[in-house]
Amino acid sequence: MRTLTYWQAISEATVQCMERDERIFVAGEGVDDVAGAFGTTKEAFRRFGPSRVVDMPNAENATAGIAVGAAAAGQRPLVVHVRADFMFLAMDALVNMAAKWRYTYGGDKGGVPVVTRGVVGRGWGQGSTHSQSPHATFAHYAGLHVATPATPADAKGMLVQALTGDTPVVLIENRNLYPLVGEVPEEPVPVPFGVGRIARAGTDVTVVAASLMVHEAERAAEQLAERGISVEVVDVRSLRPLDEGIICESVAKTGRLVVADTSWARYGFTAEVAAVVAEHVPHALRAPVRRVSLPDSPAPVSHPLEEAFHPNASSIVSACLDVCGEAGAVLPRLASVSAGFQGPF
Amino acid sequence: MLSSRTRLIRDMVRIRTVEEVLADYYRDEQEMRTPTHFSIGQEATAVGVCAVTTPRDWVYSGHRSHAPYLAKGGDLEALVAELYGKEAGCSRGRGGSMHVMDQAAGFAGSAAILGEMIAAAVGAGWAFARAGERRVALTYFGEGAADEGVFFESLNFAAVHRVPVVFVCENNQYSISSPLGVRHAPGTSVRGRAEACGVRSLAVDGNDVFGVRDAARDAVEHARDGRGPVLLELATYRWRAHVGPGLDHDHGYRSQEEIESWMAGCPIVRAAGAVRDETPGIDALVESWRAEFRREVHAAVDRAKALPFPDTAGLLSGAYLPAAR
Repeated sequence: MRTLTYWQAISEATVQCMERDERIFVAGEGVDDVAGAFGTTKEAFRRFGPSRVVDMPNAENATAGIAVGAAAAGQRPLVVHVRADFMFLAMDALVNMAAKWRYTYGGDKGGVPVVTRGVVGRGWGQGSTHSQSPHATFAHYAGLHVATPATPADAKGMLVQALTGDTPVVLIENRNLYPLVGEVPEEPVPVPFGVGRIARAGTDVTVVAASLMVHEAERAAEQLAERGISVEVVDVRSLRPLDEGIICESVAKTGRLVVADTSWARYGFTAEVAAVVAEHVPHALRAPVRRVSLPDSPAPVSHPLEEAFHPNASSIVSACLDVCGEAGAVLPRLASVSAGFQGPF
Repeated sequence: MLSSRTRLIRDMVRIRTVEEVLADYYRDEQEMRTPTHFSIGQEATAVGVCAVTTPRDWVYSGHRSHAPYLAKGGDLEALVAELYGKEAGCSRGRGGSMHVMDQAAGFAGSAAILGEMIAAAVGAGWAFARAGERRVALTYFGEGAADEGVFFESLNFAAVHRVPVVFVCENNQYSISSPLGVRHAPGTSVRGRAEACGVRSLAVDGNDVFGVRDAARDAVEHARDGRGPVLLELATYRWRAHVGPGLDHDHGYRSQEEIESWMAGCPIVRAAGAVRDETPGIDALVESWRAEFRREVHAAVDRAKALPFPDTAGLLSGAYLPAAR
């Protein structure tokens, strides 16, 4: 199969969906500029022009509310935030309106299938308010679908699913995934939400991960394999709906669980996965659950602090060794996937 | 056959009567378990504006929703059933007083969070324009919602893109109990804020239903013709408490003199006075309408109370489409 980068896959999904459905339009700050949301909206702008790739004022709250109204009137908005942190300004419209629209008006008057993409800018000193991953924040609210595609194929397929479905969707994309190359179907084939993926099969410990951490987990698994520890990596793909089955089946098999995320532990994705396992397969666990997540501070800028702040493959290795009863073992440190990310933005 | 002017009065009498009767039930029975914001005293803004819309135009509102809903032609029985939390309610008992909708009538929804439907209406109007349809979106909100950031963001966007939307600001002077003086700088107005955003705007006596209708007709035509959005700042006054059926005249945030002067300027009394020459029997008509609408709303209440509540087995119904859960 032919290959694309992650960002090319997003661009292709956007263009193909816009070709097939003229109700789809892209809205976001600077989506028409030379950078084109890290390349993801450039081709759409070239093909469809400013009426369908709309440069919005700096008004995240109204943009989300306008998208809700446009969706209620039959359009299919795709809102893009080049920094996901700005989505907090859109929370009223996304949480109080988009998520609740179908239910609150009775469930029989249609929904507002607004699709919102947010790019997480981890690395290169992005700091406290340019590198947050708000997937768990949005996944808290019933009515939304929230996905964190980890591969180019999923980046395309899940955007296709979002733009052809009837549910409001939040897609969180880690910027460090953008250069990643992978096989991507040429046709716009939807990848359904709520169906996880075994990124790597194993027998000794399960690492459940989302987004960038899937790749860090795979790299950790390679290193641990050399030591004779077989790691199974579960890519949840979407946080809501969450594929509880694939998580529980894997833990039932391995008896050990590490959960890896690009955000904080408290009340987050790692907490949710641990709770799912505690509720459904508590007796399968042969060791306490370990969570790999951000330490409890905002993200720093200075390079050494930033390196210490973000968990990576080596953090996952340590957690896996711990649950396998080898807490004292020290393996060579692995470079972060994000090591290749260059500035300035 | 009623003249267009007497029809407006009849529509205001209907809303007033419905709300007065519902407020009594609400207070006496404690069975409508939903925070409810009555528009008693503010009927001219609802009726005057909605009168110039077509069924294909969409009207949104904030939490003070009943009057715009009814003025746009929203189904009374479905509204009353909604207030009683019944499955036959306009939102199937899921939304309550602050989340009502009647798509057939073109009442596109009300929302509880201030200012939300300002943005939603801009989105709907933009969608109409994008689809090449000559339809207009309108959105009711209080002057309190004009303090929200989304008000400025939405007006700015609407002006930039010449969105066919009419912003209907019901300026009833108070945000719950906070007067304008503590929220707006001296010498400013909602209308002025709109002008600063490049939105054509007009301040109108909101208790003069005929003046409201005339201004709204111009505004809707302007928007429909693609000449851009319009804001109407309609000065009016809420007679009852911010929320609930009661009077709050002893709460101290507004003077008895002020309340009495606004009540003396009742939009129904004023409109009746204005047509008395051409329709000498207007007072008798108003009385007969009151009786007619009292019967209508009592009957709607009786029917609503006899209807079933939603089945709790359907608690999750509508959160997602069945296939998407």
